[in-house]
Amino acid sequence: MLQQLFFGYYAFMIIILSLLVVTRGNPVHSVMWMLLLFFHIAGLYLFLNAEFIAAIQVIVYAGAILVLFLFVVLLLNLREELSLRQIAGSWPAAFFIVAALFITVTAALGAYVQGPVGSYSIEAIRSETHTKALGRLLYTEYLFPFEIASLILLVAVVGAVVLAKRKLRS
Amino acid sequence: MPIAMPNLIPVMPELVMTGVAIILLMAELVIKRKETLGFLSLISVGLISYLLLGSAGTTFGGMFVSDGYSTFFKLIFMANLVLTVLISPKYLQTMRINFGEYYALTLFATLGMMLMASAADIIVLYLGLELMALSTYVLAGFIRYDMKSNEAAIKYLLLGAFASAILLYGTSLIYGLTGTTNLRDIAVYITHNGLAKNPLLMVSMIFFAVAFSFKIAAVPFHMWAPDAYEGAPTPITAFMSVGPKAAGFAVLGRVFLVAFGSVKTDWSVILIPIAVLTMAIGNILALSQTNIKRMLAYSSIAHAGYMLLGIIAGTPAGISSVLNYMFIYAFMNIGAFAIVIMLRTEGFAGEDISDYEGLGKTHPTAAALMLVFMFSLTGIPPMAGFMGKFYLFMSAINAGYTWIVIVAVLFSAISAYFYLRIVMLMYMKEPKEVIQLNTSPGIGLALAVTVSAVILIGILPAKVLALAQQAVTSF
Repeated sequence: MLQQLFFGYYAFMIIILSLLVVTRGNPVHSVMWMLLLFFHIAGLYLFLNAEFIAAIQVIVYAGAILVLFLFVVLLLNLREELSLRQIAGSWPAAFFIVAALFITVTAALGAYVQGPVGSYSIEAIRSETHTKALGRLLYTEYLFPFEIASLILLVAVVGAVVLAKRKLRS
Repeated sequence: MPIAMPNLIPVMPELVMTGVAIILLMAELVIKRKETLGFLSLISVGLISYLLLGSAGTTFGGMFVSDGYSTFFKLIFMANLVLTVLISPKYLQTMRINFGEYYALTLFATLGMMLMASAADIIVLYLGLELMALSTYVLAGFIRYDMKSNEAAIKYLLLGAFASAILLYGTSLIYGLTGTTNLRDIAVYITHNGLAKNPLLMVSMIFFAVAFSFKIAAVPFHMWAPDAYEGAPTPITAFMSVGPKAAGFAVLGRVFLVAFGSVKTDWSVILIPIAVLTMAIGNILALSQTNIKRMLAYSSIAHAGYMLLGIIAGTPAGISSVLNYMFIYAFMNIGAFAIVIMLRTEGFAGEDISDYEGLGKTHPTAAALMLVFMFSLTGIPPMAGFMGKFYLFMSAINAGYTWIVIVAVLFSAISAYFYLRIVMLMYMKEPKEVIQLNTSPGIGLALAVTVSAVILIGILPAKVLALAQQAVTSF
C-alpha cells in the first residue's frame, strides 16, 4: 500500500510538473519547474532501487544540464517569447486524442501478465551493489549498445559544432 | 571475470564505417578541398560492400545479426550513400556550405541505418535509429543561414523525438510482458505463453507501428516530411527520402514478421488503414504542389504506401517485392533529385515546377533524363518502377488483399497526373527564360548510374528480384 502511494505521488507530480514546464510563458519559470521535475524522476528511480541512476539523474540533469539551460535562457533576449501564446490553437483535438490514448492504455493494462523475472532481483543487486552490477552489464552483455551510444554522443557534439560554431560563408 | 572476445566478422562493415567516419572528421582539419573527403568515402563504400558479402553471422549475444535480409538493405544504403556523395559537392559549393563534416555525418547516418537493418534486439534497433536520426537532423539544418533549412531541422527533430518516445513506450510494454528485448525470444515467448490475444500486446504493436510510420513518413504521421524535404539541402532531401525510409522498412519488416509473426492478423489490421491513407493523402496532396521538392516529398509518402502492401501481404514474395521496390525506388528517386540539383544555380532556386517549362528545348538531355525518372515513378513500362509495382501488387493479390491492390492502382493512376505534368511542361511549353544548368562530373556519373539502373532493371527485372528473393529465404 505504501509502495502504491509512493509511486502514485511521484507519477502524479511528474505529469503535473511536465504540464507546468510546457505551459509557462516565461522560459525561466519553465526551467525551474523542470528542475523540480528532474528531482521527482530521480525519486522514481530510487523507488526502483536504482540509486546510482537516481544520483546520476540529479548530478547530470539537475546539476549540469539545467544550469546550462538557465545560462542560455538568461543570455537570450526573451521579450518576444514572453508575449507568445503557449498553447496551439488545435488543443481540443490534441486533448481528445490524448484522452482516447489514455483510456485505451489504461483499459489494456488490466490484461498485464508479468513476464519472466531476470537474474537481477533486488537481493542480487544489494549483494553486488547497484553501480557494480550496472557497470558489469554495460561492459559485457550490453557492450555493443553501449558503444553505439558513444557514437550518438559523438554525432551530437559534431552536430552542435556544425550548427552553432562554424563560420558562415567560407 | 574472463571476458570472451565477441565474433567481429559480422560487424566488420559497421566497424570499418565507424573508422572511416572518424578518420574523415579528423582529415577535415587538414584537407582543404572538401571533395577529397567525398572521394574517400566513396572508396570506403567499395571496401564495405566487399566486406558485406562475407559478413553473414550472429554476434554480441544475438543482438546483431547479419543475414541476407540485412545485407540487401545495406546494399541499398550503400547505393544511397554513393549517389548522395556524387550529387553533393557542386550543390554544397553553390550554397556555400562546403564543410567537411557533411561527409562524416552522412557516413554516421548510414551507419545508423546499417545497425537498424541488422538489429535483432530492440535496444540495438533503437540506438541505431537514434544515430541515423540525429545525423539526419543536423544534415537537414546544414544551411544555417536559411530559415527554411532551420525549420526543416527543428520540425524533423521534434517529431522524430516524439516517435522515439512512442517506440520506447512500446518497448517498455513488450519488455514487461515478455521479459526480453530480443526479437526472436519475444516471438517464442508470445507463442508459448498464449499472449497472442493479450490487448496489451496489441497496444504495444500499435506503438511500434506508429513509431515506424513516422520514420517511413506514412499518413497520418507524415506531417514533418514535406517541410523537412523542402527545407533541407537538396542532396540531403534525396538521402532522407531513400535511406531512413529503407531503414524504417527494414525494422518494420523484422519486428513485425519476426517478433510479432504469430499475430499477423492483428497487426495487418493496424497497417491496412495506414497503407490506404498513405496512398490516398500522398497522391492527392501531391497534385496541388507548386514546389518540386514538396511534390517529390508527397510522392515519397505515396510510395511508402505502396511498399506497405508487401509488408501487409507478409509472405516471402511480399517481403522480397518490398526489397526489390526499395532498391528500384532508390535509383529513380535520387535520379529525379539530381535533376532538381542541376537546376539550382547561385541566386536561382529552380525549385518551382514552372521552372521546368520548356526544358526539353533548352536542355534536351536533362529533360529526357527527367522524363525517364518521372515515367518510372509513375510506373510506366519499360521503366523499373513498373516492374517494382507489378511484383508488389502481385504479391498482395496472391496473399488475398485484392481490394487494397485495386485502391492502390487507382491512386497510382492519379499519380500519373502530377508526374506527367512535369513531362508536359518540359516538352509542350515554350521556355520562359534560359536556365543555366549547374552540372559537375559527379552529378553526370550519378545520373548515368541511376538512368541505366532504371532502364536495365525495367527490361531485365529478374536479376534484382532473384537477389531479393534469396535475401528473404534466410529471414
